[in-house]
Amino acid sequence: MSARDEILGRIRSALRDTPSVPEVPRDYRRSSELGEEELIELLTDRLLDYKANVVVEQASAVPRRLAALLEGTGRYAVPHGLDQSLFAEADGFDGGSSRRVTDAPGHRLSVEELDAVDAVVTGSAVAVAETGTIILDAGPDQGRRVISLVPDRHICIVRAGDITAILPEALRRLDAARPQTWISGPSATSDIELERVEGVHGPRTLDVVIVRG
Amino acid sequence: MSGTFLGMPSLPVFGTGNLHEHEPFPKAAHRELGNTQLRANLGHATGTIRDKRLAVVSELPDWEGLREAGRAIKESVMARLPDLLEKFEANFTARGGKIHWARDAGEANAIVASLIREQGADEVVKVKSMATQEIGLNEYLEDQGIAAFETDLAELIVQLDHDKPSHILVPAIHKNRTQVRDIFLREMEGVDPDLTNEPARLAAAARAHLRRKFLSAKVAVSGANFALADSGTLAVVESEGNGRMCLTLPETLITVMGVEKLLPSWEDLEVFMQLLPRSSTGERMNPYTSLWTGVTPDDGPQNVHLVLLDNGRSAALADEMGRSALHCIRCSACMNVCPVYERTGGHAYGSTYPGPIGAILSPLLTGITAEENNSLPYASSLCGACYDACPVKINIPDILVHLRGEDVDSKRGKKKLPSQMDLGMKAASWALSSGRNLGLVEKALPLGRLAAGPDRKITKLPGIAAGWTQSRDIPAPPGQSFRQWWDKEHRAPAGPAESTAPVEGPEGES
Ligand code: SF4
Repeated sequence: MSARDEILGRIRSALRDTPSVPEVPRDYRRSSELGEEELIELLTDRLLDYKANVVVEQASAVPRRLAALLEGTGRYAVPHGLDQSLFAEADGFDGGSSRRVTDAPGHRLSVEELDAVDAVVTGSAVAVAETGTIILDAGPDQGRRVISLVPDRHICIVRAGDITAILPEALRRLDAARPQTWISGPSATSDIELERVEGVHGPRTLDVVIVRG
Repeated sequence: MSGTFLGMPSLPVFGTGNLHEHEPFPKAAHRELGNTQLRANLGHATGTIRDKRLAVVSELPDWEGLREAGRAIKESVMARLPDLLEKFEANFTARGGKIHWARDAGEANAIVASLIREQGADEVVKVKSMATQEIGLNEYLEDQGIAAFETDLAELIVQLDHDKPSHILVPAIHKNRTQVRDIFLREMEGVDPDLTNEPARLAAAARAHLRRKFLSAKVAVSGANFALADSGTLAVVESEGNGRMCLTLPETLITVMGVEKLLPSWEDLEVFMQLLPRSSTGERMNPYTSLWTGVTPDDGPQNVHLVLLDNGRSAALADEMGRSALHCIRCSACMNVCPVYERTGGHAYGSTYPGPIGAILSPLLTGITAEENNSLPYASSLCGACYDACPVKINIPDILVHLRGEDVDSKRGKKKLPSQMDLGMKAASWALSSGRNLGLVEKALPLGRLAAGPDRKITKLPGIAAGWTQSRDIPAPPGQSFRQWWDKEHRAPAGPAESTAPVEGPEGES
């Protein structure tokens, strides 16, 4: 008998008493009523608690903000689906020779190239204010999982309209089958005497730009 | 395919691997109690995590509702496990993943090794995983000439020191920062000789040490925290980013997971991703969670395997009283509140699974008669703190008592001669069956005083009672029993007037 059939057989036999399937009580919170400003405030508070850096901007001010964040940074990576006009001002800083490398189908950045850039800028799919979580689902403005992993600094753009208050609301906006990365602050460890240290293997710095409107 | 199983009912088939005590718990605990460094580290760690956990749990107004939902979801998973496994398999496979089934530790190890060899690799990077520790994968691979590099900082510390984890969440909690620095200086190639014992410096050294490995690894091995049946999705919850590295960079990803880790649907993840981080590290959310469903073209590993492990889980499931131990999501909350764990540490439990959950899960997976695992159900004061802390409401104290009963039954079955316990119970039932018999027994009380000696303490009893006096003294019995005293007081001519009437016992004696 194959291992599969044998294991399934053992399990069926273990359930000979045919235990009943209980009704799952879903009376935990599944929706909330926070306004946009409250959501932004809560998310900001949680992210700061995780030692991420947070700024809140109007859409029109994002190119300037990105330019400021990227000032003094060398090369940076972006996914092809992120609005490239966001970088108009950032690219101005080095007199036109672009520091920007784009990861696109047909022109994939190698792991070595990603290891050599100083930062990556991505969008995001949805965020959860209560837990300070930003979720990436590999959409075109977020790119492959690897691009937000290898560079040491991740600058992540979160649209205010994508912020939910609690986790159940966020999951309803997502498709399980897409590869997902949930990010709650930069990489961290507490393995040595429980002292929290930010930055082990993932990006050691997380900058979040929350965009209003 | 589903429905009633019509085959022969089979006997439970128990698990193998790192699931045993090799000496009885009291003996191991006695030794570990002498390790003051361990107790200081553990006391600090469990206390800190306990406080953090309480703070973040009390933030949620619906915590009890989430626990109740978590319990019910897991119970429903167990009740229809075969169907959910088949559903998961179909979905995972449809998206390009490959599933392998392993009856026990040996079979799982062999599957993983052959998958690694198929890729022509002789080393792998590993994400912390209880399942691979349970089956002893690293040791097996080493024997096969394959090097497995642990990438979680704590696991790396333990691995470099050729030690064993002592806690499921913070496996190196028994080591302090200076010990960690010494291990790094001794074992890490090319490490800065001026390395200090600051945690930030130590983490940076680990980052540098593993970076090249991550970027060049062809094969990674992981565990999984959850598997969603309705989409075929796997989830890994972590903090450091080493998980993301392993799950994203190599071409081949091999995941080993117990069959009990399933959740029926995407919606159920919202319950468990609220319960797990808060119960575990006391955080609102862990820094990173990765989810993948089979293969995503052009993104992440393109050879995606999952080894589904029985290794005693079907046997645990067959125990109607004990099966809820399989609801465990390995958060470690129960060990952080356990007064026994806090003093003995994780090594005393022998198995991969320490603490209160280990005391029930290990003997359920191996059978109560395996090696020294019959001592584990006694490694508890039955105070109930673990039940209160458990995010999925596993009634650990009840299962402990149930397993103690199993242990007594198994011993009784083994010996045809009546045990000391049987004889003692028989004697007690005779003594308690009538007042006259009890009176006779009480006449022996002064003998007990003799045994106690001048300090009025009995420090060593013979036979099965020896276990009791090993860790406590018994005060000497009184010189006379209450009944003897009553008789004397009420019969003595100088006694108070109202007590001169003879007192009738229930059977009219005296
Ligand atoms: S038994 Fe409960 S508290 Fe203990 S590790 Fe498992 S889920 Fe957590």
